[in-house]
Parts: sequence; structure tokens; C-alpha cells
Amino acid sequence: MHNNDSPFRVLIGKPGLDGHDRGAKFIARALRDDGFEVIYTGIRRTPEEIVAAAIQEDVAAIGLSSLSGAHLRLFPAVVEALRKAGVNDIAVLGGGVIPEEDIRQLKEAGIAEVFTPGTPLEVILEAFRNACRQHREIHQP
Amino acid sequence: MRNDLNALLEGLHNRDARSIARAISLVENDHEAAEVILTSLDQQNVRSSQVLGITGSPGVGKSTLTSSLVRHLRSQGKRVGIVAVDPSSSITGGALLGDRVRMMGHALDSDVVVRSMATRGRLGGLCAAAGAAVRIMAASGCSPVIIETVGVGQSEMDIIRLADLTLMVLAPGLGDEIQAMKAGILEVADLLVVNKTDCVGAETLSMDLEAALRGRKNACQSRVFKTVATTGQGIDELAIAIDELDAICRSSGEHDRRRHSSLELEIVDWAVELLKPRLLAELQETAYPAEPRQTARKLLARLCPLMIDT
Ligand SMILES: Nc1nc2c(ncn2[C@@H]2O[C@H](COP(=O)(O)OP(=O)(O)OP(=O)(O)O)[C@@H](O)[C@H]2O)c(=O)[nH]1
Ligand SMILES: [Mg+2]
Repeated sequence: MHNNDSPFRVLIGKPGLDGHDRGAKFIARALRDDGFEVIYTGIRRTPEEIVAAAIQEDVAAIGLSSLSGAHLRLFPAVVEALRKAGVNDIAVLGGGVIPEEDIRQLKEAGIAEVFTPGTPLEVILEAFRNACRQHREIHQP
Repeated sequence: MRNDLNALLEGLHNRDARSIARAISLVENDHEAAEVILTSLDQQNVRSSQVLGITGSPGVGKSTLTSSLVRHLRSQGKRVGIVAVDPSSSITGGALLGDRVRMMGHALDSDVVVRSMATRGRLGGLCAAAGAAVRIMAASGCSPVIIETVGVGQSEMDIIRLADLTLMVLAPGLGDEIQAMKAGILEVADLLVVNKTDCVGAETLSMDLEAALRGRKNACQSRVFKTVATTGQGIDELAIAIDELDAICRSSGEHDRRRHSSLELEIVDWAVELLKPRLLAELQETAYPAEPRQTARKLLARLCPLMIDT
């Protein structure tokens, strides 16, 4: 009975103080064009605000963008805010200008996938699709 | 699944944010739990809540106005729900839902329940889904529940019929005022708002609209409300007018009439939604004549034996 064709829902957020949302908007549009329902929260959001919005919107994944270099602090803060809210089924994916050596650290902190300016768009889209499929499996046994 | 559902119903009862969100998704996707969820709602809350529609052309400031209005309502201690409807792309089925950008000031307030909803190319079904989201929010104690929708297209106009009262927002410089009057959109609006009155052209627009409204029956409906949503200017006055008009409609019986017709709309919408997959399945199984109208009638006659006018 459940309509398995219903679109995947994801949220794109931009934590931190830098006001450059080109990357975030680019990904948001690319996801929309791939058939996702994308909730966009705008710039300068706190991790807590992003998590509260993700919960209300019942998204399967959160995509974060950071160009300020604060990703090592901000991305894990979102994972932490999810944990505090008792949420364990929303994946966090992050992208931005992120040095190779930070990627492992981010993944250890619970970021499911990390994208850099060199990551092909299709790889990013597939990562979001994957996160959404996993979410759907949890909720439809 | 049973346990999940019980936990969900319990969560709904306790106004838990995740449960409310999850319930809206399940109903929107027409999950088999939809009926249990919807029948378990606190009907008393659903009946008593106030449902407001906010409509208008893209960019007139609907979300900013909503956010401003929410600030006012929160200062009165009211718990508020917002269903923000945006169109899906008819080609990819995807949607970019950005109304939240203007509402993030309330993100950490658990008494401001916001849900973005895409039209999903539904011809019908949108009223069913949006109506269910409104009910779920209302049942959880939200009053008002505000439905924001772009006032273009038939399905968007249909959603507005779910509202007890509708605010039509216009702004100077968008050139849509003449359009609005021609299309008869003024008729569906209970309250007219000219937003962005800090911008040039607002005064002329307001005067034109006031002229068009002359002769409407009650005072708040023949007024044009002037706001600057970004600063909150004019919002208090608007909020007072909303409550005044709401009280008038409730005592005159108009409120009940509207609720009754929106209920009919929702029922028909759900019926069509529930019928659609059955029709498609039936079409796959049997060879029918190629003439579409005749086929439709035969299909219906098969699925609904009570329809005897075959
Ligand atoms: N100057 C001025 N700008 C405003 C006012 N209200 C809203 N805006 C701006 O107008 C733009 C659009 O505002 P939104 O609230 O997103 O408009 P909307 O009608 O919800 O737009 P859609 O949902 O895309 O149809 C934003 O940049 C707002 O900051 C106002 O009263 N004055
Ligand atoms: Mg909007």
C-alpha cells in the first residue's frame, strides 16, 4: 500500500558564519532536478536550528555546506545535535573546501559522506539517494 | 510495525515533534497507517482551531509575513502550525522548498510547527495531503494553522478552500494587481494585504485596491491592510482584524458553512486518490474499448457496482 514512488526528502543547510551559499544552492537545485524534495534553510544556521528543521520536515538526510574552514567544528556539531535530539536515522553528508586530511576525521565523527570541489555531481547525488534508500528501509520493514 | 504505530500515536498525543512530522509523511504518502493516525486525532482540537490561508504571487512576502504574524501570535502564547506548499517540477517531480528560509527565527521554538509540502504534480490529492497536515497540526494544539501557497494554478486555489479565512497578499512593482482583479482572485480573499509598503508604488496599489473593494459588506473585508513584513509594521493591526473577522464568521454560521464545504472537498479528494491505483490496476488487467470516456464509464461500473447508469 505504501507509495514507494514518493520522492526522497532531504534538507540542505548552511551552518556557520560565512555567507557564501552558492555551493549549497547548487546542490539543492541539482537534487531537485534529480527528483528530490529539497528543504533549504538558508545561510548562517546553528547546528541546533538545522536539526530542529530536519526533524519537523521528516527528511532522510541532511546535506551541509561549509566554505569557511569551520567544517571540523560545525559538521560534527550537527551530528551531536541529532544525537541529543534522540535521532539516529537521519544521515549527515557534508561538502565544501575540505582538505583531504580532514575527511577521515569527519567520517569518524559520524559524517556519512564528505564531498570536495572535485567530487563529480553524480557521486554526490548517488550518496544522497543511498542515504534516502537506507532511511526508507528502516521505516518500511 | 504495530509497536511503532502505538509509539507514534503516543507521541502525537504528547505533541512530540518527530511523531507529528512522521505522521504527516505517512499520511502524505498514503501509508496503510494513515487511517489509524487520522481517526485517532483529537477532533475537538481540529474543530476549534483556526485555519488561515495566505496566498499571493511569488515573492510578495508571504513567508516573511507569516513569520512576522507568528512572532505576534507567539507573544500571545499561541501554538502555531504552518503548512508551506510549493510547486513540484512537472518534469522531474522534484521540488525546492525554500519558505523556511524566512521562518528560521522560530526554528528552536517547539510551539511553531512548520512543514514544507510539494504539490507533487497531484491534480487532486493535494487537498487531501495538505488537509491532513492541517488536521495533524491542529490536533496537536496548533491554532492557528497557516497554509501558505502561491496563488497560481487551480490546485493551489483549491487548497485555499481548506482555510477558514484567506489573506491575499500583494506587493507593489510586481504588476499583478490588475491580473488579480481580472481573475476574480479578490473574491476568494477575505482580507487584502499590501505588503512591502516601504517600497515605491505601494500607495497607488493600495488606493486602486480600496476602490475595487468598495461596497463589500463588512468593515474588515473592505479594508486594505498595509504591512512591512520585514519589520513587522502593520502586523498587530492585521492580527486583530483576523480575529475580528473570525469571530464574525463563527457567529454568523459562515465558519461552519466553510468547514462543511472544505470537508466535502477533502472527502472527494481522498476518494479520487484511493480510487486511482485501483483504476490503473483494473486497466492493466482487462481489455477495454479505446474510446476514453466510454472506457472510464465501464471501468467505474466494474469497480463501483452501485453506479448503475451504465
Ligand atoms: N522591502 C521589503 N521587502 C520585503 C518585505 N516582505 C518581504 N520582503 C522581501 O521579499 C522577498 C520575498 O519574500 P518571501 O517572504 O520569501 O516571499 P514569498 O511570497 O513567501 O515568496 P515565495 O514563497 O517564493 O512565493 C525577500 O527578499 C523578503 O526579504 C517588505 O515588507 N518590505
Ligand atoms: Mg514563501
